[in-house]
Amino acid sequence: MPEHSLTSSAQLKARHGRETRFRWMGRIAILLSLGFLVFMFVAIGMRGSSAFSQTRILLQINFDEQILDPQAKRDPAQLALANYKPLITKALKQLFPEVTKRRDQRRLGRLLSNGAAFELADMAAKDPQLIGTTRDIWLTASADVDMLIKGKVDLGVEENLRRLKDTELSWIRKLQDNGHIKKKFNSAFFTKGDSREPEMSGIFGAMVGSFFSLLVCFVIAFPMGVLTAIYLEEFAKKSFITNIIEVNINNLAAVPSIVFGLLGLSIFLGVMNLPRSTPLVGGLVLALMTLPTIIIASRAALRSVPNTLREAALGLGASKVQTTFHHTVPAAMPGMLTGAVIGMAGALGETAPLLMIGMVAFIVDVPQGITDIATSLPVQIFLWADSPEKGFVERTSAAILVLLAFLIAMNLTAVILRKKFEKKW
Amino acid sequence: MKQSHDLTLRRSGRIAKIKEQTIIAGLVVCSMIAILVTIGIVASLAFEAFLFFQKVPISSFLFGLEWSPQTAIRADQVGASGKFGVLPLLSGTLLISTIAMVVATPLGLFSAIYLSQYAETRTRDWIKPMLELLTGIPTVVYGFFAALVVAPIIRNTGSGFGFDISSESALAAGLMMGIMLIPFISSLSDDVLSSVPKTLSDASLGLGATKAETITKVVIPAAIPGIAGSLLLAISRAIGETMIVVMAAGLSANLSLNPFDAVTTMTVQIVTLLTGDQEFDSAKTLAAFAIALLLFILTMGLNMIALKVFNKYRTIYA
Repeated sequence: MPEHSLTSSAQLKARHGRETRFRWMGRIAILLSLGFLVFMFVAIGMRGSSAFSQTRILLQINFDEQILDPQAKRDPAQLALANYKPLITKALKQLFPEVTKRRDQRRLGRLLSNGAAFELADMAAKDPQLIGTTRDIWLTASADVDMLIKGKVDLGVEENLRRLKDTELSWIRKLQDNGHIKKKFNSAFFTKGDSREPEMSGIFGAMVGSFFSLLVCFVIAFPMGVLTAIYLEEFAKKSFITNIIEVNINNLAAVPSIVFGLLGLSIFLGVMNLPRSTPLVGGLVLALMTLPTIIIASRAALRSVPNTLREAALGLGASKVQTTFHHTVPAAMPGMLTGAVIGMAGALGETAPLLMIGMVAFIVDVPQGITDIATSLPVQIFLWADSPEKGFVERTSAAILVLLAFLIAMNLTAVILRKKFEKKW
Repeated sequence: MKQSHDLTLRRSGRIAKIKEQTIIAGLVVCSMIAILVTIGIVASLAFEAFLFFQKVPISSFLFGLEWSPQTAIRADQVGASGKFGVLPLLSGTLLISTIAMVVATPLGLFSAIYLSQYAETRTRDWIKPMLELLTGIPTVVYGFFAALVVAPIIRNTGSGFGFDISSESALAAGLMMGIMLIPFISSLSDDVLSSVPKTLSDASLGLGATKAETITKVVIPAAIPGIAGSLLLAISRAIGETMIVVMAAGLSANLSLNPFDAVTTMTVQIVTLLTGDQEFDSAKTLAAFAIALLLFILTMGLNMIALKVFNKYRTIYA
């Protein structure tokens, strides 16, 4: 008997050990998944946060009338087209009188972005009064300098393998000593379109493209999804047809997004001849993709409206249509909107179908409407991720941070909508 | 006087009725859209695929071992026809999906078990939204992360052990896809596990079984159909996933099951064939539609089976 209890207590111990191990496996699984989420956020955050600042170089620019506007007309259109490069060269010559060789002077000019001259052009076109005056102006530095100042260049590498040679480094050091080089908030990132130069590129164009696409998507998918849900929940009798519709909706929710892109390519572009690469087509494709989400959420919202509400309305003599549109639907609206916001958040992150309909071009201009060629935020991320320049890595990460911020904001809106309007019937 | 009043009433009633019928008709039309979209997908894919099969026989598409879709600049060029065997793409897709499922299944299931059986409501209330955040992250972000961070880590670790791992290895893409699928599997399985009647586990606990024994011997066997359904849905997702593989997997079609090799997938090839300039009816362009048709059939099939399994499961414990 004592022997028996001994073995059973050993057995018990083993069983309890298994229990503890099992519980820990669950904990470890969750920790690993969440740990990965944190790892990814931190890694992207660290890479991306530096893109929100931009290295600038202070130059004393003399807006020489002789060069820019010899006829003294002060015509903004003319001023925008003038050549501002000599002004920069001159200002650099003043700062570095010791650099005399032509080749070195050209290298000196390359410390600044190719876009620096355009920055001056924009300023002069906006304010023709500048002509003839001398101003201190912070101009955008080139991506190489920017990366160096942000500490992303390994200076241990042999000189001839580096993009910045020792001479350039000595110039930059001189600028630093004089306080002529500084990191400033990168507002261009939020106000400009794409560019071949990392330091001149921004996400505004992509954001506007995303906005227009989502607008089209919402205008089409929301009413259609809600009306479908109303029909299926409030009017349809169980029949062969409604059964097919339901199976279809469930299946559409699981169709790979790229297939929707092919649908858009062959029907919207091929058959209907809608303009390629535009938010109009992008929005249409996204609308078809979001439709199932909105239908499913709207049906759940309608189902949660208690029958007493419908019966009261019907009892007072309202028709079925009146009951539905005057009472049931308003009561279910918050739930429907929540579903729509979640659907839109999904659509905002969607990339693959947009690649199929050609929203993947290099586009500098900010789109003005739904029929302008455009790209979208995730597609911009995809394009930048493909670029070999080092400067684009931080921009890609920063664009991801912006995209995630939008997504989190949308999801929070959904949560708040639900909390605020949630009624306990 | 009274008669005319009655008449107008009846007339407005008739008008109201017509109005209502129009509204209902509008609702019916809207709900038909779902069917129309499905028909549109099937029709457009099938039509283009049909054109493709007129140029390339269906048997050499389905059973061909080589994939090299060349663009012919001139019709009489050597190798102008290209090779359109889909098997290397299929094997690449399966390889990456398998890696993803190997990562996602244990992590997802154990998370679901912990959340549904062990965790207190408070812990659950903040872990669940966090895990769902993982599902909300756009796949382009996963792809970027896979290419920029995960692939180099794998390559460096591999070379540390003396392996030669391609920087576009199936492993990096598969790992990332697995992480993407964890919350998908865990939230579906969580629902399934939570819906197993409490009487079952209570009976087991009452007989003296530990919690872990109850879960592995009672709850999970009862929930197996539902879990299988959620795994099938996850596989269907992995097969159709595009951005992660476009950014982290390769372009070269290798018929290989080595996770360290670079492989390509169906979705990657659709994207490469269709982005950029091309004429609309070349075999190369049409091939993309044939692949997409195959992809559609595969995912649809998996999804249908999963839904059937789910429904069967629901009827057991409803």
